[in-house]
Parts: sequence; C-alpha cells; structure tokens
Amino acid sequence: MIELSNVKKSFGSNHVLQGVDLTIDRGTSMVIIGGSGTGKSVLLKSVLGLVVHDSGTITLDGQDVTKADRDTFLARFGMLFQGGALFDSLPVWQNVAFRLLRGSLKRPKDEAREVAIEKLRRVGLKPDVADRLPAELSGGMQKRVGLARAIAAEPEIIFFDEPTTGLDPIMSGVINDLIREIVDEMGATAMTITHDMSSVRAIADNVAMLHGGVIKWTGAVGDMDHSGDPYVDQFISGRADGPIEAVR
Amino acid sequence: MSALLAPLGLLGRNTLGLMAAIGRVTLFALQALSHIVRPPFYSREFGVALMQIGWLSLPVVGLTAVFTGGALALQIYAGGARFNAEAVVPQIVAIGMVRELGPVLVGLMIAARVTSSIAAEIATMKVTEQIDALVTLSTHPMKYLVAPRVLAALLVVPLLVGIGDIIGVFGGYAVATGTLGFNAAAYIKNTVNFLELFDILSSLAKGCVFGGIAATMGCYYGMQSGRGAQGVGRATKGSVEAAAVLILAANFVLTGVFFSL
Repeated sequence: MIELSNVKKSFGSNHVLQGVDLTIDRGTSMVIIGGSGTGKSVLLKSVLGLVVHDSGTITLDGQDVTKADRDTFLARFGMLFQGGALFDSLPVWQNVAFRLLRGSLKRPKDEAREVAIEKLRRVGLKPDVADRLPAELSGGMQKRVGLARAIAAEPEIIFFDEPTTGLDPIMSGVINDLIREIVDEMGATAMTITHDMSSVRAIADNVAMLHGGVIKWTGAVGDMDHSGDPYVDQFISGRADGPIEAVR
Repeated sequence: MSALLAPLGLLGRNTLGLMAAIGRVTLFALQALSHIVRPPFYSREFGVALMQIGWLSLPVVGLTAVFTGGALALQIYAGGARFNAEAVVPQIVAIGMVRELGPVLVGLMIAARVTSSIAAEIATMKVTEQIDALVTLSTHPMKYLVAPRVLAALLVVPLLVGIGDIIGVFGGYAVATGTLGFNAAAYIKNTVNFLELFDILSSLAKGCVFGGIAATMGCYYGMQSGRGAQGVGRATKGSVEAAAVLILAANFVLTGVFFSL
C-alpha cells in the first residue's frame, strides 16, 4: 500500500503540492486526474524519489520511501514515461531488458533477450522489432516498448505517466486495454496520471482529482460521474465554466 | 547612496554566484571520481566512451597538430632569420609542440568535439526523461553516464596529446626538410637530443588534466540542462565555453608549476 500524507512541494514561489493525502491499496489501479500543470507528474515523481518533497510523508507498506534502500525500493517499481524515455543508443531489446542486463537482477544475455522478446510479444510487437533502434519506431510502438520495459522485471507496482499522450484515439484505446490487462494479469498496484478520460474509464479502479495542490476528490471510478464535486464534474465534462479557471 | 551601492551589490552577487558555481562543479567532479573507483562498473559504456573520445578524435587531432607544427616551423625560420638563428627550428618546434601547443590544442579540440557532444547527449537524455528512466531502473546516472566518460577522457586524452606531439613535430620536420632546406637526419637528431623526458611527461600530465576538465564540464552542463531545445543549446554552449577557458587557465597554472617553480 502506498500512502501519502500532507505531502508538500514548492519550486521557488510556485507551491505545486500543498498537502496531498492519498492512499493506494495493494493490487488496485489508481488514476490521478487533473489539468495540465497541477502537479500530477511531481506527485508521481515524489513517490519514486525523482523529486524530493519538502514535507509530509510517503510510505510504501508502512516504510518511509526516503529512508528505504534505493535499489531494493526501485526494484519493486516499473514505470512508463510520457514520451517513452527509451535509450536512443540501445536497440529495443536492450531497452526492454535493461534491468535484466545489470544490477541485482542481472541474467545471462541470451536469457534477458528471450524475456525481452516475450514482453515485446505481450505488448503486441513482433520479435523483429527487437534489434531496431527506438528512433526507427512510431510513437505507438515506442509506447509499447516503454510498457514492455516497465513490466520486464515483473514489478509489484507500475506507474504510468500520461500513457496515451500523443497517440491517435485507436492506439490510445489499444494502450489503455493493454495496461488494464497487464495490471490485472500481474496483480500489480498501478498509479496512472492522465487527463484523458477514456484512459481513466479503461484503467482505473479508483480515481483522485488533483487541483490547487491538493486532492479535491477521491473515489471509485463508478462513482466519478455522480461525485457531486464541482471540480470533478467540470473536468470530466470538459466544460470551460466552473470552479477550475480556464485560461484562454 | 543607493546608486553608489548598486554596483557593489552587483559585484557581490556575481562573486557569490561564481563561487557557488565553482563549488558545484568541484563537488560534481569529486562525485564523478568517487563513482569511478566504486562498483558497479559499466564496461560497455566505458568502451564506447574510449572510442568516442579517443579513436574518433584522432583525425581532428592529427590534422590540427600537423598544420600547427608546419606553421610553427615556418614562423620560427622566418623569425630566427632576423638574428641569424634559423638553425633552431627543430629545437623550438619540438619544445613548442610538446610543452605547449600539443596539449593546449588537443585540449581545445577535445573541448570542441567531445565536451559539446557529451553535453548535448546528456542534456537531451535529461529533457526526454531518459535520466529519470535510468534512476527508476536502479541505475545511478553518475555511474552509468558520467564515470565512464570522465575515466575514458582521463586515460585517452594523454595518449591523444602524445600522438598530437609526434604528429606536430613531424609537421615541422616535413616543412623544414621539404621547403626550408634542413637535413632530415640532422633535424631528427636535434629534436631527439633537445627534448627531455620531463618535457614529454609534463605534456602527458597536461593531457590528463585537460581530458578530465573536458569530460567533466560536458557531463556537468548536460546534467544541469534546462528544458527543451533551448536548454540543450545552452548546456552545449556553456560546456564548451567553460571547458575551453578552464583548459587555458589550467595550462597557465601547470606551466607555472612544471617550468617556473
């Protein structure tokens, strides 16, 4: 279980997180929604330690993430980055098997390649993609490779940062379905940040709305449409008028 | 009164900013060195860095050295002729190339070619979240990206300087024997007899320091890069400026230490 309690983070005078409280139960899929620039990525990166929060506590299974052994802690995570964040200089299979080629999870090269090809197949890519460079792939294929890399070491927890940004609606649907299937199949805990409502409905068990540096509403995805919260209502209906100021 | 204090305030802020920057770079360099000597070691990345910094820099180093050596021979011959000292061409070319021009020009070429490339590559990785991805994959960016490049530069730039020295001396030899009428055997004999072992060792030591500066500044500016294409551009430009200035300053200090004290 991941618990965030009164987490605050500022960049100079920009107070991005102003006291976030959130609980993500083991084996569930939490999707955090909110407008651009509301601090969703900062929140996600704070859990991983990529951004150091100013105050408050973040715990994983009761242990403070800032005090955990970094390697052991990170070995439990997989992450799909918004732009894929694939390593340009490495072929696709070495990207996917990156964690399996070095560090505590190191395996023989042939075995790591086999795992990589199996994971590529799992996300709908053929084995001939394995030896290509990331720059030779389309945006959708890069997302799939990123997803394969995120699941390669069978992590307990997977983070998805804007998984459908930049994809056409059909490819977005494919990626959303893949994420849901994989999370269910692995029994993993998932945390996704997005402002794509089709992703929310496809991926989420629970939803949290981040606005003004705090969680405005959280609940089951089925309750989202009648949450009674004006922020959630405005966001999911995509209205310009409401409590969320729309900058024109 | 405030009009008088404003320039002082500006001077103070700039001085503090400069000192803070020096502190940050020094800490970064010390961290890089500490990661070089602590496992894990990434041999593939080290091998790639050796190729990029060493082997692929050979053409530009060779061309720079040969033209500089040739030009030096022409200048010394023309200058020496003013007081009937044309015969010193082999000795002055040798000492000029080995003690000064070889290490400095190779250092500057490495700053132009390697520092810029390292800064642009790491900055792009930062902008595209590849550095964050490394961290989430339990890989320390200092260990994976910085340590192999700095170590490779520390080892291979002295070699490049040595090769540059030889090619530079050869450039002087080719011009002197080809167009200035020097005897080939006498030219080589004069060069070899005049150079001391310490001249060569000081040249290689300078190469080691300049290599360290070039790689460290590339990595530092890359890791500190701002967002977007502009951030990458600034990081690349800043890294080359800083590396070039630091190489020239370090050369002055090292020359003082080696030959004046």
